[in-house]
Amino acid sequence: MARRQPAVRRTPLPIGLVLPAAALLALALGYPLGRQVVLSLQEFGLAQQFGRPPEWVGLGNYRELVGDSYLWTVVGRTVAFCFVNAALTMGIGVGIALLMTRMSRWVRIAVQSGLLLTWATPVVAAMIVWQFLFDTDYGVVNAVLTGLGWDYDGHSWLIEPMSFFTIATMIVVWMSVPFVVFTTYAALTQVPDDVVEAAEIDGAGAWQRFVHVVLPTVRPVLLVVLLLQIIWDLRVFTQIYTLQKAGGITRDTNLLGTYIYTLGIKGGDFGTAAAAAMFMLVLTVILTAPYVRVMLRQEED
Amino acid sequence: MSARRTPTPARLVANAAGLVILVVSIFPVYWMISRSFLPRNRIKSDEQAWLPTDGTLANYDRILEGEGFRNALVTSLSVTLMTVGVALLFAFLAAVAVSRFRFRGRRSFILTLLVIQMIPAEGLFISQYKMLEGVSLLNSVFGLTLVYVASVLPFTVWTLRGFVDGVPRELEEAAMMDGCSRVQAFFTVTLPLLAPGLVATGLFGFIQAWNEFTLALVVMTEPAKETLPVWLVGFSESRSRGVDWGAIMAASTLITIPVIVFFLIVQRRMVSGLTAGAVKG
Repeated sequence: MARRQPAVRRTPLPIGLVLPAAALLALALGYPLGRQVVLSLQEFGLAQQFGRPPEWVGLGNYRELVGDSYLWTVVGRTVAFCFVNAALTMGIGVGIALLMTRMSRWVRIAVQSGLLLTWATPVVAAMIVWQFLFDTDYGVVNAVLTGLGWDYDGHSWLIEPMSFFTIATMIVVWMSVPFVVFTTYAALTQVPDDVVEAAEIDGAGAWQRFVHVVLPTVRPVLLVVLLLQIIWDLRVFTQIYTLQKAGGITRDTNLLGTYIYTLGIKGGDFGTAAAAAMFMLVLTVILTAPYVRVMLRQEED
Repeated sequence: MSARRTPTPARLVANAAGLVILVVSIFPVYWMISRSFLPRNRIKSDEQAWLPTDGTLANYDRILEGEGFRNALVTSLSVTLMTVGVALLFAFLAAVAVSRFRFRGRRSFILTLLVIQMIPAEGLFISQYKMLEGVSLLNSVFGLTLVYVASVLPFTVWTLRGFVDGVPRELEEAAMMDGCSRVQAFFTVTLPLLAPGLVATGLFGFIQAWNEFTLALVVMTEPAKETLPVWLVGFSESRSRGVDWGAIMAASTLITIPVIVFFLIVQRRMVSGLTAGAVKG
């Protein structure tokens, strides 16, 4: 797409046009960011909430966090959850997209409609429904499993951390797969048919055609989608928070987001919570850097 | 790709897998909607009614009559509409600047938008909470709108800018040859062509703000000020009266309907636009 170079103008007009957006972002995100850095260097607990001036503690909050083995448990858990979910979502999503190229037209349209419905479901509504499906007393899952002869009557799925995270993973993957399917499928339809056919005539098998023809074409899209999944799965909050509310255990199921929330908003220890939030920001920036680079390169083309 | 061929074993396998995928993807939504029509005594774990025959609207009546839902609906609608209005206006101006002009700071502005888009709410909500608390904007629709606009703005600018790019400058130039001023040309020629883009972007912002949970939970701490998602989670946990799953499913369905309708309108643009700068709730 050859876009014409916008004219270079020495008028103040463009700056004026950008100003409202820039000012609002500076106020609602820039200022809090600066404030958070300050907050993370202060002792800011309940006493300060009631008016006592905050006390400078330098890197004390950070030292306290880094020295606390619980933080590392939470970070490890967060990263593990993120990678497991991103990998499952990518694997299942790409698999479905590939299957879709083989389906009859009507089946494909039906699958697309179903996935669209999944994608459109608000996260909170989805959380509530899945909780209902796995509910101890009223859940259809327990009923069906019991009906099949296993003893799942009154089984609680959220009480045990491993089971808790299995349910959380199912929900996160269920909600994330449609995006991967749609973008991958769109990329797959861009693979030129004649090239694939030429490879077939030259004797390439299905696997070889996939690895040498299809994959190189869709690789850039897959890379961006994978990065987005990692970024999104790093910050699952709503899913974990609502499941914790339903299941009752928090300490063994906290991820970074819910940990910061518990520390600060619930616990009132804003200094330490701010330090933990800085931790999360840095982690995000590191993981986001490749994505931003890809986007900027597209921008320059 | 190979639509003309007769069914091969591979195709039959793919079709069968497709039907399984279809069932798995729609079952939770089906369950939500179908249970919302069942009376309390039929939502039992030992006798599943797979089809909601002889349904009732009683669950919806209970929800719509309850004060909690109505309060939350008013809050959600106010915050969402204000967010969409402000974000569209600010983003539109910025999108025109980025698309039509080359100016100092343009590149850093774009870079900033890309980075901001990736910042998780949990990374900043502690200090956003302190900021809003400091100016008495906790539990206020204005406070929540402020942080919402900031979170949807980057995506909105990014998408709108794509739409502005899509309107050829030649059209504006032609109108200027015919005697329009630059501003007139913009309003009479370019703006009408941008209408679909503005609608799509606005609907997308609506979905984002309507669904948002994390910031609403942090900013709206009083029960009377909750938005619909926060209210719904609280409602589903209030087990003191025994779990009224029928009513909970009815409330979930009510919250979901506008999103699905709007989503179907914008989805075509989302699929094409998401890999080029993306955000998800």
